[in-house]
Amino acid sequence: MVPSSVDQDRLNLRPKKFLMWLFIITSFMLFAALTSGFIVYTAGDPSRGIKMILPKLFLYSSIAIVASSVTMHLAYGAAKKLQFSRQRLFLAITIVLGILFFVMQLLSWRGLIENGVYFVNPNASQSFLYVLTGAHLLHIFAGLIVLLTSFAGTFKSVAQVKNVFRMEMAAIFWHFLDILWIYLYVFLLLNQ
Amino acid sequence: MSSTTIHNTIEHSGHGHDDHGHHHHETFITKYIFSQDHKMIAKQFLITGIIMGVIGMLLSILFRIQLGWPDQSFPLLETFLGKWAEGGRIKPDFYLALVTIHGTIMVFFVLTAGLSGTFSNLLIPLQLGARDMASPFLNMLSYWFFLAACVIMMTSFFVESGPASAGWTIYPPLSALPQSISGSAAGMSLWLASMVLFIASSLMGALNYISTILNMRTKGMDLWKMPLTIWALFLTAVLGVLSFPVLVAGVVLLIFDRSVGTSFYLSDIVVQGQILPQQGGSPILFQHLFWFLGHPEVYIVIMPALGITSEVIATNARKPIFGYHAMVYSLIGITILSFIVWGHHMFVTGMNPFLGGVFMITTLIIAVPSAVKTFNYLATLWRGNIRFTPAMLFAIGLVSFFISGGLTGIFLGNAALDINLHDTYFVVAHFHLVMGSAAIFGMLCGVYHWFPKMFGRMMDDKLAYLHFWLTFIGAYLVFFPMHFMGLDGVPRRYYAFTEFEFMKEWLTVNTFVSWAAIVAAIGQIAFLWNFFYSIFYGKKATQNPWESNTLEWTTPVEHLHGNWPGEIPTVYRWPYDYSKPGHSEDFIPQTTPFSQTMSSNLPHDFEGNPEAERIQLEWQKKQQAEAEQGV
Repeated sequence: MVPSSVDQDRLNLRPKKFLMWLFIITSFMLFAALTSGFIVYTAGDPSRGIKMILPKLFLYSSIAIVASSVTMHLAYGAAKKLQFSRQRLFLAITIVLGILFFVMQLLSWRGLIENGVYFVNPNASQSFLYVLTGAHLLHIFAGLIVLLTSFAGTFKSVAQVKNVFRMEMAAIFWHFLDILWIYLYVFLLLNQ
Repeated sequence: MSSTTIHNTIEHSGHGHDDHGHHHHETFITKYIFSQDHKMIAKQFLITGIIMGVIGMLLSILFRIQLGWPDQSFPLLETFLGKWAEGGRIKPDFYLALVTIHGTIMVFFVLTAGLSGTFSNLLIPLQLGARDMASPFLNMLSYWFFLAACVIMMTSFFVESGPASAGWTIYPPLSALPQSISGSAAGMSLWLASMVLFIASSLMGALNYISTILNMRTKGMDLWKMPLTIWALFLTAVLGVLSFPVLVAGVVLLIFDRSVGTSFYLSDIVVQGQILPQQGGSPILFQHLFWFLGHPEVYIVIMPALGITSEVIATNARKPIFGYHAMVYSLIGITILSFIVWGHHMFVTGMNPFLGGVFMITTLIIAVPSAVKTFNYLATLWRGNIRFTPAMLFAIGLVSFFISGGLTGIFLGNAALDINLHDTYFVVAHFHLVMGSAAIFGMLCGVYHWFPKMFGRMMDDKLAYLHFWLTFIGAYLVFFPMHFMGLDGVPRRYYAFTEFEFMKEWLTVNTFVSWAAIVAAIGQIAFLWNFFYSIFYGKKATQNPWESNTLEWTTPVEHLHGNWPGEIPTVYRWPYDYSKPGHSEDFIPQTTPFSQTMSSNLPHDFEGNPEAERIQLEWQKKQQAEAEQGV
């Protein structure tokens, strides 16, 4: 093998970025399955359904995650323009907003429980609330790890190509999580 | 070097990305265990798949013993199985576990991971001209998740309550309630854990396959120059990506029902006089989620086998595959249709008859692309210069099973007929022929064909012929009689069908089937011996033993990281130029440019390139002029 081609191959990141898009498709299919399951289940009997007003916290957490998407975009833009301190700042804000979202979702669960909407529930439409938000939170957890690795990466001297690539991957994933939550929230609003 | 720069944007290296290890410095562990080389991973998948296949087959022999000789005692069974075969007779609980684990192993571990995993890993980079997969690391993880899944599934034989026994479809409430049968206790939890790992493994594999196929083809390899194997493996991966997450959703809800006490699937259940607290669930919901994966899954199983067969039949009939485009479009058609037919597994769940009619129509439409494929295989064989290599025999065997098993699918796809045939041996016969036997023949066909590529040695032909005839005749003798049992109404999964008066007369048939299964199973020793012996002591293979066109046969016999020692070859033509009129040999590899085959070029080879057409025309005029002068 020609050594020079090996080095250049390593910089060929297109297939890896494509992997991220494919992962997003699998992830989307999971939520498509869960929401279709919800529809099939709820349509089965008039006694089923969410039958409650969604907690206000969902609205606040939605604002937080949309804001985090904006700061993520700013961080990515900064990384591309070689403004590393700006990149770090916006990345940190994104992470904080992400954690805020996480916490607010957990608090909204507590609110649900206080209102007598339990996970173990003869009306499984209400159990679905926990499954949908919980599965999304697992993704958020993974997303936070991705963000933290890119954040930690900014303190090491990595090649700019790699830095931008990391930021791009993190941004794609984080925007997806944002859109996914909006989808779930609108879906639940339409069904409440 | 200017051309290498172009290459480098397309090609990719097999070298580790985080370590700078060269293949000369590899240790045993990086080479054979935590390998990131796609060829080694393919071998790992294949050998694990073969081991799982043997286990699955032995399990089937155990329950065939019960079905063939229900009243006889075999003390040897007790020696091996202990309390599961007290008095030398298999217990009902264990019988159900055997059926369940046999199905799970065969469908998922052998025909999904063993088949797709092996041949996607081996063939995608080699036939497309890539150095390795998009992410070799993810590829390695995919194998290790698969192995972990296998180990966990096997562990369930060693827990006290036994392995999962609710059938491979694990319908709740049977699978959801530990108190319903002993197999739904710890065994079921292990089953679910194993499947979650398995799905993760399949998804990692599938993401890699798709990304590699779409991004890392060598120069000249456009989509319509890809071998049909790659098309089939690509669409299989697409199916996996779209359907496996849905099973995750179904399984997660089942886990909650089992462990947390939710009632997604459970309602109005009384076990041993006790009313269970779970209310309001819908067991049909699970069936929807399961079969939305489950039906594409059968195409995940059969499509790689169809792709392999296309390649092997064209090579060994020494003819271009008949209807290359039709083959691709029928694969695409099957892929799309497979997502809208899942309801035909649920005709008898109280489904709205109108909805049943819709699912019936979509199901019957799948017969069209399937028939296109079948006729194309037959047309490729027609007047071919056939070489009956072992791989070719298995490919023809696949076509045979695909026809005989596919025809009964038309019966089962009818919502009205299905009321009678549902859950009888007719169904067992149907899917064991059309997806079980056909897919395993595709896999064996691939093993015989690409063994020289994998191990650099040849397998023994005589043993292979013995293996083929024993398996081929054995499979028909096992599964064909089951159609008649099914038509008579003998239900599947029954432990002691002789308890029912009208089924007693089928005992002799069952004994016959069991004997056929045992003989066919013994026949597999010919394969196992041949396979493992030839890895070490087989005849050394030449670079292109089957005189095939595709790129993998341009790599050296000795494996190396990165596949090609120098530059990756460029592709100029489609992979099926066999017996092209005017050419001196009966095959033209994809790497041969048209400028070297002036005597056999045809107008449509140039895809409307006027410059190439002009050169060809000039050459032909010159030839003509020379010929006239000669006269």
